[in-house]
Amino acid sequence: MSLVYQGADQPVTALQDINLTIERGAFVSFIGPSGCGKTTLMRAVADLEHPTSGSLLVNGVTPEAARLDRAYGYVFQAPALYPWRRIEANVRLPLEVMGFDKAEHAERAKRYLKLVGLEGFERKFPWQLSGGMQQRASIARALCFEPELLLMDEPFGALDEITRDRLNEELLRLWRTTRKTVIFVTHSIAEAAFLSSKIVVMSARPGRIVKIIDNDAPPERTLDWRESPQFLDVAHQLREALNEGHAHDI
Amino acid sequence: MSMVSSKEVLAAPTLVRPAAGSVLALLFYLFALVAPLATHEPVPTAASVGLLIAGLCAFGCTLVTGPLCAGLGSGGWVVASLALLPASIASAGLGLGAGALWLALIGAAIQGWTAMGAISRLKLEGRTLTGRLLRLAIPAMFGLGLLVAWQVLVIGFAVPQILLPSPGQIFAALVSHASILLADFQQTVLKSVIAGYIMGCGAGFVLALLADRFDFLRRGLLPLGNLVSAIPIVGIAPIMVMWFGFGWQSKAAVVVIMTVFPMLVSSLAGFAAVDRMHADLMTSYGARGSQSFLKLVLPGAMPHIFNALKLNSTLALIGAIVAEFFGTPIVGMGFRISTEVARMNVDVVWATIVVAALTGSAFYGLLAIAERLITFWHPSHRGGH
Amino acid sequence: MTSEALMAPPAAPGLFRRLAAGRVFPVLAIVAAIIVIWLAGAIWLNAPQIEDAYQRAGQPLDFATLVHEGWNAKRPVLPSPQQVVTDLWNSLTLSPTSKRSLVYHATITGSAALSGFALGSLLGIVLAIAIVHVRRLDLSLMPWVITSQTIPILAIAPMIVVVLGNLGLTGLIPKAIISMYLCFFPVTIGLVKGLRSPDPLQMDLMRTYSASSRQVLTKLRWPAALPYLFAGLKVAIAISLVGAIVGELPTGAQAGLGSRLLAGSYFGQTVQIWSALFVASFLGTALVALVGLAEWMVRRSMGGRLT
Repeated sequence: MSLVYQGADQPVTALQDINLTIERGAFVSFIGPSGCGKTTLMRAVADLEHPTSGSLLVNGVTPEAARLDRAYGYVFQAPALYPWRRIEANVRLPLEVMGFDKAEHAERAKRYLKLVGLEGFERKFPWQLSGGMQQRASIARALCFEPELLLMDEPFGALDEITRDRLNEELLRLWRTTRKTVIFVTHSIAEAAFLSSKIVVMSARPGRIVKIIDNDAPPERTLDWRESPQFLDVAHQLREALNEGHAHDI
Repeated sequence: MSMVSSKEVLAAPTLVRPAAGSVLALLFYLFALVAPLATHEPVPTAASVGLLIAGLCAFGCTLVTGPLCAGLGSGGWVVASLALLPASIASAGLGLGAGALWLALIGAAIQGWTAMGAISRLKLEGRTLTGRLLRLAIPAMFGLGLLVAWQVLVIGFAVPQILLPSPGQIFAALVSHASILLADFQQTVLKSVIAGYIMGCGAGFVLALLADRFDFLRRGLLPLGNLVSAIPIVGIAPIMVMWFGFGWQSKAAVVVIMTVFPMLVSSLAGFAAVDRMHADLMTSYGARGSQSFLKLVLPGAMPHIFNALKLNSTLALIGAIVAEFFGTPIVGMGFRISTEVARMNVDVVWATIVVAALTGSAFYGLLAIAERLITFWHPSHRGGH
Repeated sequence: MTSEALMAPPAAPGLFRRLAAGRVFPVLAIVAAIIVIWLAGAIWLNAPQIEDAYQRAGQPLDFATLVHEGWNAKRPVLPSPQQVVTDLWNSLTLSPTSKRSLVYHATITGSAALSGFALGSLLGIVLAIAIVHVRRLDLSLMPWVITSQTIPILAIAPMIVVVLGNLGLTGLIPKAIISMYLCFFPVTIGLVKGLRSPDPLQMDLMRTYSASSRQVLTKLRWPAALPYLFAGLKVAIAISLVGAIVGELPTGAQAGLGSRLLAGSYFGQTVQIWSALFVASFLGTALVALVGLAEWMVRRSMGGRLT
């Protein structure tokens, strides 16, 4: 598929000839320099942008059908919590919009807040929490309606490295326990290599896929795994591919 | 570090200034006490005693610092102010006594100013009760000081009432004309303002909803709505009086026209202020337009809507009062002002203005409270900042 | 010819869409709609008196006559746009010194508004600078300045005119004083906000230079405050015009737009009221545009973005 949009003065080709299939239950990372269209690709999957040519199927249907079917949860760069709602009410928001049974709301919110380690903060307002906690709440919000697909657009990009590492570990645990399909956009090599079962390396202007790297990391890995030769090898391959993509650019 | 250094810079003159101000105030008090003795003028004993006590407080203030100085200074200022009131009556129209009155008034002003300075250097931060009270104390002192000065100057220098009545005379007019003022209030506020305000703000909001729904309408209305803020709309009052008669309906119509555009413009700004990611989230949930509006757009627009509600509260009062200048039955605040001014009953005019001011502040205050309750999440209201 | 005619229909929606997407067309469309409503309203509101007159005269009234009479009524409830435009044209083409010229009246009201605006803004600027620098003023005076925004201070206008009239001050001065005190509140509030708008880092930078508070004012606070100042000035100049107009009401002043409104209201001269209202609107818009122009020039000289 391709995606072209009207820029200020001329059409900009954001994505070109993207051809990719993602298996159910995979953790796929998209990595590339800024402006390579990884976010655009994700937004196309989420039906927030529309490809100008080609076809895109989510769970075998169009993105729009998938969206109306509430097939995916989206986690943005920023927590994007509604400031006038308490944490618990923020997590309930999708349940309210999607018309879940009222009786279920409280139980689900509680369960998923516990899953992301935010018990006891239900009655707080978003601005009373740290950035990391806010992002956890937004993950709970994306999970609570149990979508099959989790789309994460640089979810930890705005956090400090220590918090990011911890959340990486927790995300991995979440993925293991829920077996969701995760599409993850990042520009951190370490994050991509640590989290993913498959990594898609992209290059910029127009956004193209340079390389797809499979990562057979042990499922039960912790942050220590980042010192293993296997991790270093994946990270090395990633760096090579990114350089190669950059070379194309010149 | 920068915070510390700036505090130090501010703290440096603390030791000097209150003392200098207090000495100056003390000198003025002493001159005020001595001057009438030289000319053998009668000065009320209460006034002399009061000024003496105030002078003692000023003297004490030169010896201590911090809260004690603030307390002594403001205490002395209160006593001096109380002493000035009888002194002004006694010296009314006298030549040299007036000189003493001037001296005492200037002394009290310096003492009050010094005391405000001493209070302002106390720790006003924090959300403790004392902190809040102290922060209220300074504007209260300033306001009271102005009132005292007004009273003393008008009485002490026998300013004709037609020019400027004293606060005491205005208060007397408030009491003696209470029933008339109440009827005016009912006519202008309870009928014209409230009806016009609700209809105008409601219409502005509905228009904004339509304009938000139909982009063409928005791009047509918004520039016109902005243009209207430059236009003196109250001028429409004579036409409304012609159309809707002398009753409250014509005033309400003026209020409607004055309030509809600010509400339209602010609501549209509020609807447009939706965060991009917040909106994407709703799209990703496949939310219906109405869900998106109720759960996202409307709460997010509330700060803007309250801005318009607050601005309109003042505009509505102005519109109704000015419209009454153009014709009204024999009741209403605008009617009262225009007729009593013509009859030279300036104290009643001032009393009406006091009622209008209190109404405006109360109206605004209620809206501000509602705003705090509804848009508590907005950065400007969070956690008492 | 034929091919052009065939081509036209597909082109039309595109053209319309492009017009609708522009900035001017939607506004023109709304204005046109207002004029159409106005024209219809003039017939509808004036119809009863015309019908009445024709019935009394025993003449039949057809629709065309009704439209004609409705748009040209002698004492209309709502004058038609063309009546107002004719009246405006007549008064604008008169000599500007004539008492019937609206230019004459607009000059009188405008000069009062402008002189009040100049004085009030100056006062407002001085007060704002004092408030930012003197903590005691900030704590004592600022709450009252803010509170003053919540009360209808315009209501004092008639009293000021009459009281100053007793002191022998008439004409421009009382109106200018009303405009002045209405003006200075928005200017002060806007400028205080603006002078406080530099962020802590920018202030810290000045502190690392050990800049005096005068230098901080001229080099940082004042430039940073200009957008706020101009926002306040725009509000102020609009409200100073309102003040000048209302200031013309109580004494039944002989000249000025306010007196035209009042006289029109006394003598039932609707067309006169409407034209005075239109001139007041033009004047208000022009005054605000003047401030806008000043803002544009200042911004340009400061290398700001021109929007």
